[in-house]
Amino acid sequence: MSKGVVDSASHPPHQGPPAVAAPYLRPTSIAAALQHLADGPRLIVAGCTDVLPAHVGKMVVEPVLDLTRIRDARGIREENDHWRIGALTTWADVAEATLPPAFHALQSAARQIGGVQIQNAGTLGGNLCNASPAADGVPALLILDAEVELCALTGTRRLALAEFILGNRQTALRADEILTAIRVPKSACGGRATFLKLGARAYQVISIVMVAARLEVAADGSVAAAAIAVGACSPVACRLPALEAALIGTPCAGDRLRAIVRPEHLHPLAPITDVRASADYRREAALTLVRRALSSFGTGAP
Amino acid sequence: MTASDDLTFTLNGRAVRVSVPPMRRLSQVLREDLDLKGTKVGCDAGDCGACTVLIDGHAVCACLTPAAQAQGRDVRTVEGLANGTLNRLQQAFLHYGAAQCGICTPGMLLAATALLERDPAPSEAAVQDALGGVLCRCTGYRKIIEAVLNAHRFPAEAQGKAATALVGARVPRVDGGGKVTGSEAFGDDLAPADALWLKLIRAPHASARFTIAPLAPLLARYPGIVRVLTAADVPGANEHGVIPAFRDQPVFAVEQVRFAGEAIAAIIGDETTVAGFDAADFPVRWEPLPPLADMDAATQAAAPLLHRDRPGNILTGGFVRRGDIEAAFANAAATVEGRFETSFVEHAYIEPEAGFAHRNGDTLELFVSTQTPHMDRDETARILALPPEKVRLVPTACGGGFGGKLDMAVQPYLAIAAWLLDRPVRCAYTRPESMASTTKRHPGRMHVRLAANNEGLLQAIDFAGDFDTGAYSSWGPTVATRVPIHCSGPYAVGSVLAQTRAILTNNAPSGAFRGFGTPQAAFATESLMDALADRLGIDRLEFRLKNALRAGDRTATGQLLTASVGMADCLVALQAPWQAARAAAQAHNAGNGITRRGVGVACMWYGCGNTALPNPSTMRVAVTADGRVVLYQGAVDIGQGSSTVLAQICAETLGLPLDVLTLVGADTSLTPDAGKTSASRQTFVSGRAIFAAATDLRRQILRLANAGERARLELTGTTLSFVDGADVRQVDLARLPADTNGVVLAAEATFDPPTSPLDADGQGVPYATYAFGAQMAEVLVDCELGTVQVLKVAAAHDVGRAVNPALVEGQIEGGIAQGIGMALMEEYIPGRNTNLHDYLIPTVGDVPPIETFLIEDPEPLGPYGAKGVGEPAMIATPAAILNAIRDATGVTITRVPATPDRVRAAIAAARARGAKASDVQG
Repeated sequence: MSKGVVDSASHPPHQGPPAVAAPYLRPTSIAAALQHLADGPRLIVAGCTDVLPAHVGKMVVEPVLDLTRIRDARGIREENDHWRIGALTTWADVAEATLPPAFHALQSAARQIGGVQIQNAGTLGGNLCNASPAADGVPALLILDAEVELCALTGTRRLALAEFILGNRQTALRADEILTAIRVPKSACGGRATFLKLGARAYQVISIVMVAARLEVAADGSVAAAAIAVGACSPVACRLPALEAALIGTPCAGDRLRAIVRPEHLHPLAPITDVRASADYRREAALTLVRRALSSFGTGAP
Repeated sequence: MTASDDLTFTLNGRAVRVSVPPMRRLSQVLREDLDLKGTKVGCDAGDCGACTVLIDGHAVCACLTPAAQAQGRDVRTVEGLANGTLNRLQQAFLHYGAAQCGICTPGMLLAATALLERDPAPSEAAVQDALGGVLCRCTGYRKIIEAVLNAHRFPAEAQGKAATALVGARVPRVDGGGKVTGSEAFGDDLAPADALWLKLIRAPHASARFTIAPLAPLLARYPGIVRVLTAADVPGANEHGVIPAFRDQPVFAVEQVRFAGEAIAAIIGDETTVAGFDAADFPVRWEPLPPLADMDAATQAAAPLLHRDRPGNILTGGFVRRGDIEAAFANAAATVEGRFETSFVEHAYIEPEAGFAHRNGDTLELFVSTQTPHMDRDETARILALPPEKVRLVPTACGGGFGGKLDMAVQPYLAIAAWLLDRPVRCAYTRPESMASTTKRHPGRMHVRLAANNEGLLQAIDFAGDFDTGAYSSWGPTVATRVPIHCSGPYAVGSVLAQTRAILTNNAPSGAFRGFGTPQAAFATESLMDALADRLGIDRLEFRLKNALRAGDRTATGQLLTASVGMADCLVALQAPWQAARAAAQAHNAGNGITRRGVGVACMWYGCGNTALPNPSTMRVAVTADGRVVLYQGAVDIGQGSSTVLAQICAETLGLPLDVLTLVGADTSLTPDAGKTSASRQTFVSGRAIFAAATDLRRQILRLANAGERARLELTGTTLSFVDGADVRQVDLARLPADTNGVVLAAEATFDPPTSPLDADGQGVPYATYAFGAQMAEVLVDCELGTVQVLKVAAAHDVGRAVNPALVEGQIEGGIAQGIGMALMEEYIPGRNTNLHDYLIPTVGDVPPIETFLIEDPEPLGPYGAKGVGEPAMIATPAAILNAIRDATGVTITRVPATPDRVRAAIAAARARGAKASDVQG
């Protein structure tokens, strides 16, 4: 290791103490929120379950835009060809909602995120914008072909979730945009879904690996459509398209399904070693969990 | 603070208005702006749940709720639960002993309330789901679950009930009321409103030289900073330590830091300035040096020395030799050998270090969360260059200690600041700085050999252990000394060679943590006990029973044990559960699925009190003219219940009901020195002291009326009645001559357990008594994922006498929970997991049902036969769990924690070697 000299007080001199409390805005409509955003950059917050833990021993000094008074942006609605989940919908809202079986992975994830306290405050929109590789909501939404709705004063665009989250803590959200909703096309709402989370303790645990799986079964009992996603094993949770393709046509019985899974199906994963587990372990555990998730179909479990 | 907004909401049924910055944490608003201190802060990150409040009936973390989001809503805190009397849930918490230290209790109560309002009689699974977000480090959760499940059985309003005092009764804790109402004041709850705030500037490097630049520009830029402290400002000695001969830790580092998180300076000012201060603005130049990150690095020949007077970076060592070890191994019928490794473990008490200090004339008064008031007082006085009596130390309620609060943390900084500024000064560590800067359990690296003869009797143990003691000595010498004495386990072994070294590294100091190194040693020795039993073809429990220490045996230090050696009784108590659990595991494993069950057993023994050193406690009890019986007791109750146990012993001995006692203390200006709350000593040592004092006082009381020994005492107002059959005599205390404090009778007694120094071979009498225990763990191992679920724990402990069985169970269950953590998940990696989401401790879902067997083999020296129980359950737990994993899988895990990836890797490696589980199990 080289000897270096680090001068930690190298900031440009200030006139006085730094501003310690920022202007804070809590509009009641998306339109108003977007207008505020147009006036200058702001830290967008909702449940604050990621923002405030990042400020232990510090104060929030950036200007804040708090979305939690925007009532329209909370709740789950069935619309023509899709389900719309407002960005401010909490995990508890998701867990308690009455939804088709394809959403059961999402609802299971909702019940396993943090503790009840986090589930009552944390929002789906926040989970996506925070873009943690271990975000529990992402695999369950990926298997629903979820899209995000991004609003700006200049217009609204929709992006597939997989195109929205770009990397560890990186998203395609522009500075003038707000993520307002998650849309799940009804074309992806068929079948049943399951979610498996692996952590090193029972509650309040960041996932080592998680797997979400959704299968649609044809009239003959074979798999008509499959969607499998793995989280915490790559910078962004990802689907396993080769496995999904290989499952089509397989009789929907647990042992038949699991027998399809090959290590090479997990090729899209790029796990790392961190305080929770080694990369090798993650890869093996992901394989095991994918097999188990598939085994649970055909047993009536999910 | 700029830009405060008016905020109105309903708080516990009343409308409140407060002007605060909108992003201020609701926890801070409640505590600092509205002065409701019942909502506790453990992490500010949503990890611990101590700050749980209800908003519109839903449980949320107040630390993650911006004040502005409370606008117009209905907020409920622990202060709103009781309506003049305890509600059902609060009564249940008291009844079942669900609150120990009490720091998590408000959060637990609120989280449970959210559930019970929807479902008054919930299932256990629902209770676990509701409480999963609140961490408790003391109780092991089982009594909390019981309280929530049974809350609906309690009356809506508490009924007054006369407390009985009998030793052996499940008396609710005497300090429980404040814990369930939130009125108990912890370290961060007492500072006056005008106190200044103090924040430490800490090293970001594990090893570095540094220079602090002139401070004038900083002070000009931050007018809210009233003072900066560095080493130059320390009035007396800029060093402290828990063992005078080993004092080596500076209050503020001078020119060089030895671990990441070491303090180099402090800033003091108003809350806004201090809370908003960015440590990167502090003018310091760092010159990082290559750190000695572990014991290998520190013991290389070319390694730089952490301290000039510690050659080879060896702080100290421990040594015990008895018998002829080489001959014993040469003649053995069976020998086994293994290498074992453990990790840094963090105490993770839910209350970070906190307190405040002020100057009262020529006395410095310090109110802090601590386990050792007199020692803190003396060290602080030395740092201030004051005589000890000019420092008054008043322990606040302690939100968990486990050994971690036996070292000073905020104490010297608050003392110096308050002394120099003559203003009250407060400080509470953040969770990351608590984890980075305070002591840890020593990582151990142990090489152990055991030998037995062909009758299955242990002949010899050869133990060599190195322990990473970090950058400063702390309790390293104690660990180095305790381990060789205990490492042979509670077994009769003729030949022992045990050598330890405490090695200095650039890590946070390792110190005292429940067991002082013995859980690490038990993990190693008990693993090999299984291997040796298998080698000999003897049942693992029966092998231990065959070798158990009994009265009449000599220990590794040559001490003759004469009484209270309940080891064999503990094992006998586990025989039936052992057989049943073995059968259940066998039945499960016959299915040959991917999950395998296993059962493990492990034993422990533990010397109560200091090792071969004086260890006195003094207790005082007095009767006043106004009809009170005052117990002046300086033993700090850190949640384990010593205040209750000592009061029970006192009342029983006096022959008066518990509720006539007034408890005073601990307070170094009011109570005599009871010594540290450590080493499982308060029930035994302080309990014996209060027994002696109360015995003396009763004699004095009886003399007032010339009453006989058998007379029953009754105290009504100031009238003391002596009832002996038909003979009733009365004395009016108000008519007796009283001293200036109103005391009419008083007694004080000291007990110092008889020990002797150890000789060069470690031979002697290090402890006056030992606790013994045997524990069994049943686990389910997922062989594909490597996850381990503990299904059940059975614990048999010889406690001499259970003064309060509910509290004893609380210690056992809490120790087991910490043992589960050490066995399966807890591994502090310096600089990497200084929070409670990367560093994992067990949650409510991780602690299984626990069956406790209390063995009472009375200790003649102890009060009513009692000895200690604070640490024992921790010691045997990791060993039992690891043995159960081996039983389940055939794989010996030699490093804890046995995380899923390590277990998975070990199973895979064993399979790769072609070893079948059944072969290894023998």
